[in-house]
Amino acid sequence: MIISGKSWRYGDNIDTDVIIPARYLNTSEPAELAKHCMEDIDPAFSGAVQAGEIIVAGRNFGCGSSREHAPVAIKAAGISCVIADSFARIFYRNALNIGLPLIELGESVNRFKQGDDIIVDAAAGKVKNVTTGEVFQAPSLPPFIQKIAQAGGLINFVKGTQV
Amino acid sequence: MGMTMTEKIMAGHAGLSAVTPGQLIECNVDAVLANDITFPPAAKEFVKIGKPVFNVDKVILVPDHFTPNKDIKSAEMAKIMREFVKEHNITNYFEVGRMGIEHVLLPEQGLVAPGEIIIGADSHTCTYGAVGAFATGVGSTDAGAAMATGKAWFKVPSSIKVELAGELPRWVTGKDVILTLIGKIGVDGARYQSLEFCGAGVASLTMADRLTIANMAIEAGAKNGIFPVDTVALNYLENRVKKAYQPIMADADATYERTVKIDLSQLQPVVAFPHLPENVHAVSDIEEITINQVVIGSCTNGRLEDLAQAAEIFKGHSVHPDVRVIVIPGSQQVYLDAMKQGYIETFIKAGAVVSTPTCGPCLGGYMGILAAGERAVSTTNRNFRGRMGHVDSEVYLVGPAVAAASAILGKISAPGEVVA
Ligand code: SF4
Repeated sequence: MIISGKSWRYGDNIDTDVIIPARYLNTSEPAELAKHCMEDIDPAFSGAVQAGEIIVAGRNFGCGSSREHAPVAIKAAGISCVIADSFARIFYRNALNIGLPLIELGESVNRFKQGDDIIVDAAAGKVKNVTTGEVFQAPSLPPFIQKIAQAGGLINFVKGTQV
Repeated sequence: MGMTMTEKIMAGHAGLSAVTPGQLIECNVDAVLANDITFPPAAKEFVKIGKPVFNVDKVILVPDHFTPNKDIKSAEMAKIMREFVKEHNITNYFEVGRMGIEHVLLPEQGLVAPGEIIIGADSHTCTYGAVGAFATGVGSTDAGAAMATGKAWFKVPSSIKVELAGELPRWVTGKDVILTLIGKIGVDGARYQSLEFCGAGVASLTMADRLTIANMAIEAGAKNGIFPVDTVALNYLENRVKKAYQPIMADADATYERTVKIDLSQLQPVVAFPHLPENVHAVSDIEEITINQVVIGSCTNGRLEDLAQAAEIFKGHSVHPDVRVIVIPGSQQVYLDAMKQGYIETFIKAGAVVSTPTCGPCLGGYMGILAAGERAVSTTNRNFRGRMGHVDSEVYLVGPAVAAASAILGKISAPGEVVA
């Protein structure tokens, strides 16, 4: 899948409480969650984000709670892919399970600024910063994880593997 | 080659004789947990698979975050859980009046046992490592799938050995141990790894201390935290756990990625400043920080031992006039025991409110939300921006003794400033 869009740039340890504050967790409706996505760190985000855009962040993105509402809110807000130095593990699983592509790029994320144009080949783990011309390669995913991603998430995968 | 506790438990549940870090495996799970926030999406995914619940005794459902319901939307979510329980004959459901905060309730009720694998759609599921189980948080989809299949996939984590020596000084508790560790290694210091506690110091830790420590393994980014099953643990488990279980020990030649040593006798009461649990300072080192609210409770510090400590400090003292104190026993049993011990009376006489068990303010749900610019001292586990209310409010994480002392003096204070 080839994704292209402008970047939204955030720092280290972006936690699930700022991705979607608990005060909005009395619903699990994606469109409703999207309205409050990133509200406590970037109130402008949900109003300005365009479909297809990409979040680029630092270390430990998605740390904190297990709320799947976090990747759901990001996806429903229109974000097509999250690139980070590293991801917190529950967030990583959740994003995989709901079909939000993630790319773990290590310190290369420092080569991205707010508003850079980016092209991502999610399956190949290839990221191009069109603004600077630089190209980056993420380590390839284990085949098992690739299968879940290709199935579009865990439920389809589980259904597909059942006899 | 030897295996760690976590590796051994995982191998056993995957039907393998050995596993190594990085390996992707599928394990049978002994319990799947969800709460009132994470269950509705899990149920939606569960239904898509189109299979019955894999075991009606092994799906554990606890409405604790927004219950007793704080508003109409949360009432609807609790209703989804209640109806599911009826439809699928779930045995381990804890209605308001019998419930507690999930991670206080499950060990207390003997629902988690050594050597088991427990997954929960709640990040603090790692608490059950205190009884020698492999327990980890997952999302709603993982929980929903496991409710149907009884299985979950994992990447086998590498392990960090946390070697504890010595004994804790007076007024220093499990909370100070885990905050000190997180201060040392950082909020992603154990990301995707297991924290395996060991050493002569373990024996001196109470189960309440161990549950607090394992609870916050996730705050170091860990997949799980796990303790050896010693006599302290076996005494705790006796008469609680009705099912058969098999404690697992690490092999003597197990491989660890690194070792962190902590001398318990050198620790002092600490506080984690906003907005990350790694911003740890000794209470004795800090400047004056005045406060507006104190919360004593949560899955981290809502057990009887925690309330006992706070009560000991509150006894004969009053809450500072500028401070609101909210005490939340972690379960109905804790509430009842605290009442019998006279702790509840001590709290009320000191000027604190006592709430029914709930997560409430811990996640900024209700029952003690902070206004802009307000500062809380809390025995909970996260001090992220906006966690307890307004985005411009602040949360300082401490153990129950520091919380009580701070409540009395109106500023963050060491227990020794109030009592001998
Ligand atoms: S008490 Fe707080 S941390 Fe614990 S389960 Fe409830 S909301 Fe989560």
